[in-house]
Amino acid sequence: MDTINLKIDNKPVVVKKGTTILEAASGIGIDIPTLCHMKLDDMNIENKPGGCRICVVEVNGRRNLAPACCTEANDGMEINTHTMRVINARRTVMELILSDHPFDCLICAKSGNCELQDMAHKLGIREIRYQGEQSTYREDTSPAIIRDVDKCIMCRRCETMCNEVQTVGVLSAINRGFQSVVSPAFEMNLDHSVCTYCGQCVAVCPTGALTEVDETGKVVRALSDPTKTVIVQTAPAVRAALGEEFGMEAGTLVTGKLVAALRRLGFDHVFDTDFAADLTIMEEGTELLSRLGRFLEGDKDVKLPILTSCCPAWVKFFEHQFPEMKDIPSTARSPQQMFGSIAKSYFADKLGVKREDMVVVSIMPCVAKKYECSRDEFKTNGNPDVDLVLTTRELASLIKLSNIDFKSLPNEDFDHPLGESTGAGVIFGTTGGVIEAAVRTAYEIHTKKDLPRLDFDELRGMEGIREATIDFNGLPIKIGIAHGLGNARKLLEDIQAGKSEFHAIEIMSCPGGCIGGGGQPYHHGNAEILRKRQMALYREDKNKTIRKSHKNPYILKLYEEFLGKPMSEKAHHLLHTEYFDRT
Amino acid sequence: MTDYKMHLLICGGTGCKASESDVIKERLIQLIEDLNLDEEVQVVSTGCFGFCEKGPIVKVLPDNTFYTQVTPHDVLEIVEEHVVKGRPVKRLLYTDPKTEKHVSDSKGMEFYKKQIRIALKNCGFINPENIEEYIARDGYQALGKCLTELSRDEVIKEIKDSGLRGRGGGGFPTGLKWEITKNVENDQKYVVCNADEGDPGAFMDRSILEGDPHAVLEAMAICGYCIGADTGLVYIRAEYPLAIQRLKVAIKQAEEYGLIGNDIMGTGFNFRVELRYGAGAFVCGEETALIHSMEGLRGEPTFKPPFPSVSGYMGKPTNVNNVETFANVPVIINKGAKWFSSIGTEKSKGTKVFALAGKINNVGLIEVPMGTTLREVIYDIGGGIKGGKEFKSVQTGGPSGGCLTKKHLDIPIDYDNLIAAGSMMGSGGMIVMDEDDCMVSIAKFYLDFTLEESCGKCTPCRVGNKRLHEILDKITDGKGEMEDIEKLKELSVVIKDTALCGLGQTSPNPVLSTIANFEDEYLAHVQAGKCPAGQCKSLLRYDILEDLCTGCTLCFRNCPVGAITGERRQPHYIDQSLCIKCGACYEKCKFNAITLT
Repeated sequence: MDTINLKIDNKPVVVKKGTTILEAASGIGIDIPTLCHMKLDDMNIENKPGGCRICVVEVNGRRNLAPACCTEANDGMEINTHTMRVINARRTVMELILSDHPFDCLICAKSGNCELQDMAHKLGIREIRYQGEQSTYREDTSPAIIRDVDKCIMCRRCETMCNEVQTVGVLSAINRGFQSVVSPAFEMNLDHSVCTYCGQCVAVCPTGALTEVDETGKVVRALSDPTKTVIVQTAPAVRAALGEEFGMEAGTLVTGKLVAALRRLGFDHVFDTDFAADLTIMEEGTELLSRLGRFLEGDKDVKLPILTSCCPAWVKFFEHQFPEMKDIPSTARSPQQMFGSIAKSYFADKLGVKREDMVVVSIMPCVAKKYECSRDEFKTNGNPDVDLVLTTRELASLIKLSNIDFKSLPNEDFDHPLGESTGAGVIFGTTGGVIEAAVRTAYEIHTKKDLPRLDFDELRGMEGIREATIDFNGLPIKIGIAHGLGNARKLLEDIQAGKSEFHAIEIMSCPGGCIGGGGQPYHHGNAEILRKRQMALYREDKNKTIRKSHKNPYILKLYEEFLGKPMSEKAHHLLHTEYFDRT
Repeated sequence: MTDYKMHLLICGGTGCKASESDVIKERLIQLIEDLNLDEEVQVVSTGCFGFCEKGPIVKVLPDNTFYTQVTPHDVLEIVEEHVVKGRPVKRLLYTDPKTEKHVSDSKGMEFYKKQIRIALKNCGFINPENIEEYIARDGYQALGKCLTELSRDEVIKEIKDSGLRGRGGGGFPTGLKWEITKNVENDQKYVVCNADEGDPGAFMDRSILEGDPHAVLEAMAICGYCIGADTGLVYIRAEYPLAIQRLKVAIKQAEEYGLIGNDIMGTGFNFRVELRYGAGAFVCGEETALIHSMEGLRGEPTFKPPFPSVSGYMGKPTNVNNVETFANVPVIINKGAKWFSSIGTEKSKGTKVFALAGKINNVGLIEVPMGTTLREVIYDIGGGIKGGKEFKSVQTGGPSGGCLTKKHLDIPIDYDNLIAAGSMMGSGGMIVMDEDDCMVSIAKFYLDFTLEESCGKCTPCRVGNKRLHEILDKITDGKGEMEDIEKLKELSVVIKDTALCGLGQTSPNPVLSTIANFEDEYLAHVQAGKCPAGQCKSLLRYDILEDLCTGCTLCFRNCPVGAITGERRQPHYIDQSLCIKCGACYEKCKFNAITLT
């Protein structure tokens, strides 16, 4: 029997076998509250340890209450979701959670965005009858992520992301009983662990236990320092998500308002990381063609596939986990770092400003970018190419702090020269976008012909691992795409085993790519939001007059005036990097 | 064993070993050799006899003479008098506390009279490190019968008909479990023996593994045959070194004899057994947590379904049974389901092993038919309460069980009756308490344990038990209020209703059962500020009676905190603000001048 008949709150419902009570109820508009449970549909990501016990319901004939999130619906079940017994149990469990949670909501980074706070409100908790000792742990600060574990409610979502989705394996439950908490092994600090700072733990944490390092104060200070020239770059995925922080529909493109807001915040020059994305394509695409050319000529030393290197969490991942393969990824720096490097050389020269007097701020969908800019190889005499990184969320709070009515802002354009970009740069923000941008350029350089089409649907989508073969005028180029580090691991293991047939592989750490980054507005488990952001980026690409990186006039000018040609010595010095064995 | 005229059995269980039973054995062997009697007298180290209170035990066959509390110094006398001259050493015989007479034959001892030994049948009888002794006692006959005469379904039917239920605590019908696992299609299945005995004071499984490891191995192989598994795993806590060693020896010997391994008895059936060590977490006795621990993951339970029968170790169908459950299996196959089911009550067949502990005269390991009353266990087998004190309560089911009282003494023990009485069978811990035990403190003690052993996964167990414990702490500290008792009840009910696994669902049982059966004690703590048993220090008060105090200064000199003052030959005084209620003065005073209220 494939279908099941049951009754929930006296309403008959027919569901497929294998459906949980939670899903069955949701199908008929009964919204059973959940806390630890989180499911990203179609992305194969689900956290349902059945630990919080908020979603308990009464099942006729069952001795105790059943957790709706992980109990399968059975034929003939009669379920009540709001009897006195259920409500009492649910509220008592909530009180227990709150009794071991700090009461600093007013000053918590998560205030207003906290699922625990929302649940307390939803359940109408007005007092906590069971009070007692609260757990206290040491706060752990890293370059990107802060762990304030006193606020951990053991939902285990971070653990699912870190272990099952990302296969990084840093966060897991330790200790027993009341002392149980999610932590790196031996309670070591994150920055001593193999954490990649991908931030997916932050993205799913329902409370303020995991948050990004807040740099807004430093940005305000830089902006009010008259001796500093403060310039800002903003990553592609930010424009597809920032609006959500101001109550706008997910997937609303706010590029013009974003620029206007940054200008009103006082940045001297408002630039676009998309410009640097175009630059990345020039370097990475050229590197791909060069390796490919040598490979086709029979050079045995050449390493294929080439792997993208835009994502700092991915870079740190292979440095820890696959150090023997560190010569495979492209040596091209990420767009953020290329931007910083060009800003503090080419652009600083143009302005006649010393690099010490220039502050480069990035607006990123990512928390790993905070760590990336602190890496020593991206500093000159101790001065970093990128000084400060704000996440999309931090930018939103800075805009609110500065009394800017975001929704009523006019649309404005980026400044020149580092603000001009193509559609190829825009789609860097989604899984599949970097490789599609690379294909557009590499194809034309290799074949010396115009592309017959610009939309490569075979490279798009949300499948964790995708592959496609693109015909380079008779030369079939095999492309692999992985998002989520667990998926990346699978492709890497294939390469290790000599089973990989790809020429090029794009890897992004976060599910969905940068649109699902750890610094984006919280999706609260709604995968639809990620899809809408993705569609927004493809829309922006489509609306651009120039959609190929090598056609960006300011990129061409940059090579002409400053860099020479892709992979020139100067380009190598400023735009490429090396990787380290971190085992 | 037939070649010898006499056998000297020395208990080689963990308890008796701790009291130098190894030395006793060595000396016996030496003396027997010195007298050139080693062809006539055999010295055997066995598993636990069960009568741990009186260990180390030395038993002489064929006359069943039962020597208790033997020390290495007694060995010479036993050999010279009993072995050589045939005269039992009277002073080492068990003395019946009621008749005050020596009992020579163990069969005449009250401790053994009401016991029926099925799971423990070889414990204290054979050398567990010698497979031939096991074989001589029908060992591996059941496996042979299954492999050569019975189909898988016939064996399962026999187990189902026997009415055997899981001895680990849950009481799930064993045959049904086997059948479910058998019916799941998969190329790879596993048999797991749960030897993660974790109840405080319980040592049933340890004693079986130490005393009769082959019975468990044989049963696992039979189970493997039935469900279609070629691999058995024993999950055993690493703090059971002797049981581990005996299992290793047993596995090796069984392999050498072709009773485990490939093509067992030439039937083509393959079955190997491996050991997996646990770190001793109580929650790993829960089967899903146990499986995760074996897989190298954190030992914490996951929601069922899927049950291990469908998706267990490494995602494969896995049948998990407890040690004692397995130990019953070969006997059932040999003697038949009908025989087995003739023992016990309507819904609970066979026997149950209990670890009898606490304020009872005969502490030890016992096996009684289901349906035996608590009174028979405590007074007949257990010999009554220590020191002639009054019985107050018996705790069954370990930390998940409840505290039963006088009114429950005549309940026939079985799975359902104990649950109906507000406790449970559990794995067989039975702790007896007397008038000196404070029931609020007892509830707190058990919660202390569950608090430590909770895996921390679900809220009610992780935080709820902590809050229960804090409220109990408040009450025993004399700061309890009436609403605290209500809070205890309300929170306990929610924890039972919402916790994820058996540990959490039963953890409030000690609280609920002590409130139900001893509410007056709670009220005394809260309303009168008194602990009737005199256990809760915060509620005690020591005073010196001026009239009786001679000013001898003994109390003054023994007070560890300087709370007592007074001049020599003058009445002394206790400063209540400094007194830590240690009771040293009370014990030292020779004139009964110190009162405890």
